[in-house]
Amino acid sequence: MIHYIRKRLLTAVPVFFGITLLVFFCLELVPANITDLGGEEGGTAGNQAVMEERLGLDRPVVERYLIWLGGLFHGDLGDSWQTGRPVSAMIAQRVGPSLILTGTGVVLAILLAIPLGAAAAWRPRSVWDKLASVCSMVSFGMPGFLLSLAGVYVFSVVLRWLPSARMYATGTSGTVGDLIYHLILPAGVVCVSSMGELVRQTRSACLEALGEDYIRTARAKGLTERQVMRHALRSSLLPVLTTVLSHIPHIIGGSVVVEQIFGWPGMGSLLFSAINSRDFGIVMGVTVVIALTVLGTNLVLDLLYGLVDPRVRREEVGR
Amino acid sequence: MRRGGPGRRFWTDRRAVAGLMILLLEVILVLLLPVLFGMEPNVTDQTAGFWAPPSAAHWLGTDDVGRDVLARLICGGQVSLLVGFCAAAISLGVGVPLGLLAGWKQGKWEYWIMRLADVFQSFPSIVLVLCLVSLVGASAWNIVAVIGLLGWTGIARLVYANTLTVREREYVLAARALGGRWTTILRRNVLPNAVGPVWAVLPLRVGRAILSESSLSFLGVGIRTPQASWGSLIQYATNTAVFVGRPWIWVPPAVCIVVTVVSLQWVGDGLRNALDPRFYTGNKA
Repeated sequence: MIHYIRKRLLTAVPVFFGITLLVFFCLELVPANITDLGGEEGGTAGNQAVMEERLGLDRPVVERYLIWLGGLFHGDLGDSWQTGRPVSAMIAQRVGPSLILTGTGVVLAILLAIPLGAAAAWRPRSVWDKLASVCSMVSFGMPGFLLSLAGVYVFSVVLRWLPSARMYATGTSGTVGDLIYHLILPAGVVCVSSMGELVRQTRSACLEALGEDYIRTARAKGLTERQVMRHALRSSLLPVLTTVLSHIPHIIGGSVVVEQIFGWPGMGSLLFSAINSRDFGIVMGVTVVIALTVLGTNLVLDLLYGLVDPRVRREEVGR
Repeated sequence: MRRGGPGRRFWTDRRAVAGLMILLLEVILVLLLPVLFGMEPNVTDQTAGFWAPPSAAHWLGTDDVGRDVLARLICGGQVSLLVGFCAAAISLGVGVPLGLLAGWKQGKWEYWIMRLADVFQSFPSIVLVLCLVSLVGASAWNIVAVIGLLGWTGIARLVYANTLTVREREYVLAARALGGRWTTILRRNVLPNAVGPVWAVLPLRVGRAILSESSLSFLGVGIRTPQASWGSLIQYATNTAVFVGRPWIWVPPAVCIVVTVVSLQWVGDGLRNALDPRFYTGNKA
């Protein structure tokens, strides 16, 4: 097990550096930066030089990368190029709303998708199966922004049931009830767009499990259908869990777009405003945080697998 | 179990055939209509005015500067489909060689190529595409390049996994024993047998690329006026007056996107079932 953990950690290290390199040098290659836009100091050549010095842009690339990387290890993501505020503080402010939105969406998706997928596998060609198939079609075929538009059109414009933007009603400090009221629509969009793959995976995993011998045995010894399904579902939960976790980048990407559309004050809308004002300090900070979150989840997942399933450990060591 | 080869199995799958037909029809319409009716997506009609409602002259009305929305929808379709197919082709062109190399060479190559794939897969693709496109500039070809170059990991992993099994087969061993050069063996013996399942995921790649492009254009960092794409047409909906009062402008492109992506999905499912009989379940979902 220790060997396995060490191996996993060793794999994560180059990926970590790869992520930082990719983010840093992608932004490095960009022809225009904030100093060209003039920023707060105005756009003359002299001011440009002043600003470049303030941001440290006059130093060699490698040196700047190392400085930035060094800061990263201390949890310092650098400063915003525009306002000079530390990026980590700005991100800390936005993490909460993002977690609320994405978390609610994903939990809802899991709670809805697993029973639906199991029901679809239990009775193929039934209403449940049709529903599951429609659900995965909607979630594959409609990008998040279209789902958002459709949701806002139906629930905010036509029915006038739900608000179409922001986290709280304007002018209020916000209660939990108000938050939930504003959360329904964006979280619903995140939920639907991450559900499709889950339903599909649950269905096929359950179908496979239902074909196994132990299910026949369970049926033969007279268990009720409910108990039989519980057996089948339990063995198919692992592949479903894998799907959830391997979809995390996709889900985060989706909620970035949803945040922007609904004016949700999370990391996604922070990223957007930073891109528009060419504030690369923030862009680097947010993308690195997102990528490292994904890397961290994958690592934890791999370790959990190794813990739960001895076969995984042996296979890794054998190679 | 019905008999017949992959081709036969594909053609008996009603949904896959329907998807293929819809896609063909779309491509033909998008290419032919502008030529046949002389559609001009960028000409403003002074007589119709701005934001004209649907009429005989302009079936979907006009936009904010008096351009015909239907013409923009059709020509936007050219751009959206082109971006989708080209980006998928680039992903294929990058992913297949890298996957083959990683699976064949193993050792260092395998390690670094797969780590590179890990790096790319750690980013939500839309976030990376968003940053890159807004930074390198949003021309159609830049969008194609960025989406295509970021989409190689899934294909590479698939080819890699297949190569690992194919390289142990006896005919490969025979080819090696006969002293064939490794590039030749890879091309003649390994590639054709490892690449099969990739055809089934390729339509999904095209669909994903179309979705990425439309999301970008909708958010205002993708295709920009005067050029049109389905996503940039939907961007009119960010204007509340258009969103609420003129749904004929943004609903048709939305429908086009959904129909295209679902058709691609059906074709992909059909191909997967046809290529791998284990999945074959007739016309079921």
